[in-house]
Amino acid sequence: MKIVIAGGGKIGRSLARLLSAEGYDLTVIDINAEMLGYIEEKYDVMTVNGNCAAMATLREAGIEDADILIAATMLDEVNLLCCLASHTLNKNLHTIARIRNPEYYDQLYELRDAFNLSMTFNPEFKTARDISRILEYPGFLKRETFAKDRVEIVELMVDEQSKLNGLRLIDLPGTAKCRVLVCAVVRDGSAFMPDGSFVLKAGDRVYVTAPTNELTLLLKNLGIITKRVSRVMLAGGGRVSYYLAKHLRKAGITVRIVEKDPDRCLRLAELLPDVEIIQGDATNQNTLEREGAKECDAVVSLTGLDEMNIIISLFAHDLGVRQVVTKVGRPESLSIIERLKIGSAVNPQELIGSSVVRYVRSVKNQSGAAITVHSIASGLAEASEFLVDSTTLNRGRPLRDIQLKKNVLLACISRHGSLEIPNGNSSFEDGDTLLIVTASNTVIERLNDIFE
Amino acid sequence: MNYKMIGRFFSAILAIEAAFMLPAIVVALIYHEPSVIIAYTVCIAALLAVSALFRYVSRGAKTRFYAREGLVCVGLGWLIISAFGALPFVITKEIPNFIDAFFEIVSGFTTTGASILTDVEAMSKGLLYWRSFSHWIGGMGVLVFMMAFLSDKGKDTGFTVHILRAESPGPEVAKLLPHMRDSSIVLYGLYIALTVLDILFLLIGKMPVFDAFCIAFGTAGTGGFGVRADSLGSYSPYLQTVTTVFMLLFGVNFNLYFLLILRRFKDIITDAELHVYLGVVAVSTALISFNILGTYTTLGETIHHAAFQVATIITTTGYSTANFDTWPSLSKAIMLTLMVIGACAGSTGGGIKCSRVLLMFRAMKRYIRKVVYPSRVEHVRVNNHPVSENTMNSVSLYLVLYAFILVISFLIISIDNFSVETNISAVLACFNNIGPGFGAVGPMESYAGYSWFSKIVLTFDMLAGRLELLPILALLSRRTWNRR
Repeated sequence: MKIVIAGGGKIGRSLARLLSAEGYDLTVIDINAEMLGYIEEKYDVMTVNGNCAAMATLREAGIEDADILIAATMLDEVNLLCCLASHTLNKNLHTIARIRNPEYYDQLYELRDAFNLSMTFNPEFKTARDISRILEYPGFLKRETFAKDRVEIVELMVDEQSKLNGLRLIDLPGTAKCRVLVCAVVRDGSAFMPDGSFVLKAGDRVYVTAPTNELTLLLKNLGIITKRVSRVMLAGGGRVSYYLAKHLRKAGITVRIVEKDPDRCLRLAELLPDVEIIQGDATNQNTLEREGAKECDAVVSLTGLDEMNIIISLFAHDLGVRQVVTKVGRPESLSIIERLKIGSAVNPQELIGSSVVRYVRSVKNQSGAAITVHSIASGLAEASEFLVDSTTLNRGRPLRDIQLKKNVLLACISRHGSLEIPNGNSSFEDGDTLLIVTASNTVIERLNDIFE
Repeated sequence: MNYKMIGRFFSAILAIEAAFMLPAIVVALIYHEPSVIIAYTVCIAALLAVSALFRYVSRGAKTRFYAREGLVCVGLGWLIISAFGALPFVITKEIPNFIDAFFEIVSGFTTTGASILTDVEAMSKGLLYWRSFSHWIGGMGVLVFMMAFLSDKGKDTGFTVHILRAESPGPEVAKLLPHMRDSSIVLYGLYIALTVLDILFLLIGKMPVFDAFCIAFGTAGTGGFGVRADSLGSYSPYLQTVTTVFMLLFGVNFNLYFLLILRRFKDIITDAELHVYLGVVAVSTALISFNILGTYTTLGETIHHAAFQVATIITTTGYSTANFDTWPSLSKAIMLTLMVIGACAGSTGGGIKCSRVLLMFRAMKRYIRKVVYPSRVEHVRVNNHPVSENTMNSVSLYLVLYAFILVISFLIISIDNFSVETNISAVLACFNNIGPGFGAVGPMESYAGYSWFSKIVLTFDMLAGRLELLPILALLSRRTWNRR
């Protein structure tokens, strides 16, 4: 399978990393030769230097016999033109474009039709949506939804006082008093798919599967006090801030954005009438304190620089803000935040990477491919949804009789709208959707791969 | 400065004024007033001669036209048509003094309705008609009319928009249609349709035909010249109510009527300026009704008179059905406030305009918040659209100029030694194009008592108020006349 990536920016590079690791033939086009040198060195890919919207460059990149084009340059317009030009050269090409300008957001469907796009993605929008869902349930570090938003995998931190500290997993449903399953635990930088005898201890990051409507109960029974977030401060006024502010306003949350650039402030004030826009330097601790970061239930650091975001988050954490979310541009920074213990971290590339990878896999195998793929546990594990069809093995057999591969876990079965957190007596039928959690070194391309 | 182009404009304006005088001759013929017929004939001849002269002088004009030319065209244009419009009064010797006649016709064109006449009913019908018709012409603007019929589609080199900006009331000018000529035609179409409707309603109420036309012209232009000594006091309550409603209708931004045609009802209902306008009308009517309770026999009559007076003042028309000079102080204070607020932008009314009041109120609120949170950034919004800082600045500056001219005029006319109440209300009534004030210039009185010098100052105020200061102030600036 041949994939062309136009644009070697942060998103382009992260896609190159993910996709080359899966063994696809990649060609990366970028206008910056220096950047291409770096990419060629780091990942096992071909590179072409030039304008990705020019047909000559696209031909050079072998677009005519490629299967997928991913246009991920900085500019939406260039991405669209690139897709259009490529589609002219190769009618069977699947085109994926990054469209992130908020002004185009309402016309995505029209654009998809007009430009024959197979998929569009918007890292900033996705990031904003994820952050707003984290803010919805303070106490969880991260949330991923499955089965049409009815099942979630949430991330919890086990600390000294936690009820989870020292708990055997087999006793968890008794303590939590609801349908839950621990599907992964990260301890000392590696992920486990634990069994019932596993004992949790302080410092673990636990990934729990539970139906969405039981999350509140879970938090309550585990003694994690949650108060609804009602006041949020966003540091930095970029696109993520814009989308996030819109999301939060819809939920009736008071939003305050601190942005340095006066012109950008004016623009934001124009776009977001009911959000307080403050012109000031968020990295200055005085500014944050004066603008009332302390009174906020959450502070989200969304500036363009990881180091700035980390400093802002550290300071907000020191002020005693209950919930701090940090956006990081480089996946490497994620581990720093985990070590600093300053709350959740969000990485747009990682979020987008998993949805693009999922699409690529589905193009490769037309049947049996995952419906959704999310990477969880800082990329150490992967949660994917599969549809059970007539080719699936072991249908109708109780789970205790089925031998799954090592580090593979069946986390949830959803059948005609009802959800089941499986035990040894459960089984799956034709038409069910399965949520599978795996360590990311075990690649599951089709559902039958999970069986030994 | 493109003098030749301006000359060509004047040639056209004067020809149009000559055309506008023709119906007045017909009126004079009907009422057998030979001296008036002669006066109009002389005037029309003079207008056509001067128009031809301008045409000759301005031959070969280049169409280069900028904001400066637009301002001068409008400012000088209004002075010229007023000068010629005053002639019939002087020639017939019914208002022998030229300054008085000029005051009267400027009051007409600027839709003020302030009169120096002590006995209206003694005037000949031909002249009364011209006086009222001048309201109708001035209400929508002579130059807008000219553009509706003279400018060619597509050949516009930018002059029309400069003229419209200079002549139209309100802080922002919105083109309704891509072509200026089409926009002007739509505006005039709406204006004529509403006027005809008003005339019909008045005729149904058995108003004499001559009166119906004159009163409707005064209502449409929000002018206020009546044809009887007691303004509208002696007409039936039905006719007064019709006039109340139509005055309020003419005080609404005409763009809203255009939206009505386009069936964009939501935009009309949510229009913030309309809310302010109707809110002010409702609250003031209620307050005044309460305040004058007992002056009239029934509650219905009380509300009727309160509503009429509120409508006439806020739309800056200036008719009256009651001598509000005798009302209690609170009512008079409310009326004085209404004089300043005025009608909606883009209507035929005067005053500061509801939209400016709204903008300033919101700017004030923003300023207070800014003091509390100095680094907060926000826009002033109207109808959910941010208003540019440029507009905000020009609105604040407008208010400063407004106050400045108000104070200076007040100081100058105080030389005549009328009471302070009279002087303040006289300046406000002229500057905001209303007409009657309080005291010696009350609804049952006239401006005849002021000296010629004060009349010139008040005439200047009327013009400055109608054209929203800038075209008139630009005429006084030396820079305007400098070579580029």
